[in-house]
Amino acid sequence: MAEVHDLPGDAPGVEISLEEVEVALLLSLSAQMADFVAPAPMDSEDPLVAMVGIDPTAQMSDDPALQRLLPDAYADDADASADFRRFTERDLRESKVRNALAVAEQLSGNPSSVIVAGEAVGPWLGFLNDTRLTLGTRLELTEDNHDELADLPESDPRAGLFQVYDWLTFLQESIVQRLLS
Amino acid sequence: MSVAPVEVERPQVVEDTDRPWITLVWNDPVNLMSYVTYVFIEYFHYDRAKAELLMLDVHEKGRAVVSNGTRDEMERDVSAMHGYGLWATMQKDS
Repeated sequence: MAEVHDLPGDAPGVEISLEEVEVALLLSLSAQMADFVAPAPMDSEDPLVAMVGIDPTAQMSDDPALQRLLPDAYADDADASADFRRFTERDLRESKVRNALAVAEQLSGNPSSVIVAGEAVGPWLGFLNDTRLTLGTRLELTEDNHDELADLPESDPRAGLFQVYDWLTFLQESIVQRLLS
Repeated sequence: MSVAPVEVERPQVVEDTDRPWITLVWNDPVNLMSYVTYVFIEYFHYDRAKAELLMLDVHEKGRAVVSNGTRDEMERDVSAMHGYGLWATMQKDS
């Protein structure tokens, strides 16, 4: 089982020791996340459009998980939200892809532990959070049904998903608690 | 040719002085209380006490105003919150 430790001295960051199967799981999840949030290929020939990253086709997804990862910016103004999305969604998607790929890179070669410090902190926390948001949405997690999901019989297809969610929660919580202390 | 002074109508810049926009962070069942606190410290550079107070507002009242400023500033803050995975929106302060 993964363990999260402080770094020697007072260095900000953590070391996570991982079992082989856990590394494999994180590699699989990071590949899926990078694929899931990747922006559609830009088919515009306009180099200016490509350069500034405006995406005239960007719109709110039908997928509830993507709706949560890429939410509207204005609570009460659909037009402003749509404009904002055209200007920023591609960058946001790309930053989430970069997070997932940075985690995958640290895990290549199946290390028995990784150091999450400095520039690695943002990608790890971002990736763990995005993945939990995605799984939580798939599980239709609410404030009240956590125990119910935890008690699902193993025959239920959601049981495995919830175990992964719960493990990622443990990892994220352990890292953040140490960073805060 | 008229020699009367040209009257220039200057646009009134109110956004900077009135700071009428706010960024809200909303509660959701996934984000950890510790992580929300961490993000408020990390991004806004709030001290631990203020970050925890805002986090508790999000958790218990369903939302909290985490920053205010010009529309451009709030667009930056909302983008950053979405980058961290927090559910944030902006609106004119009422």
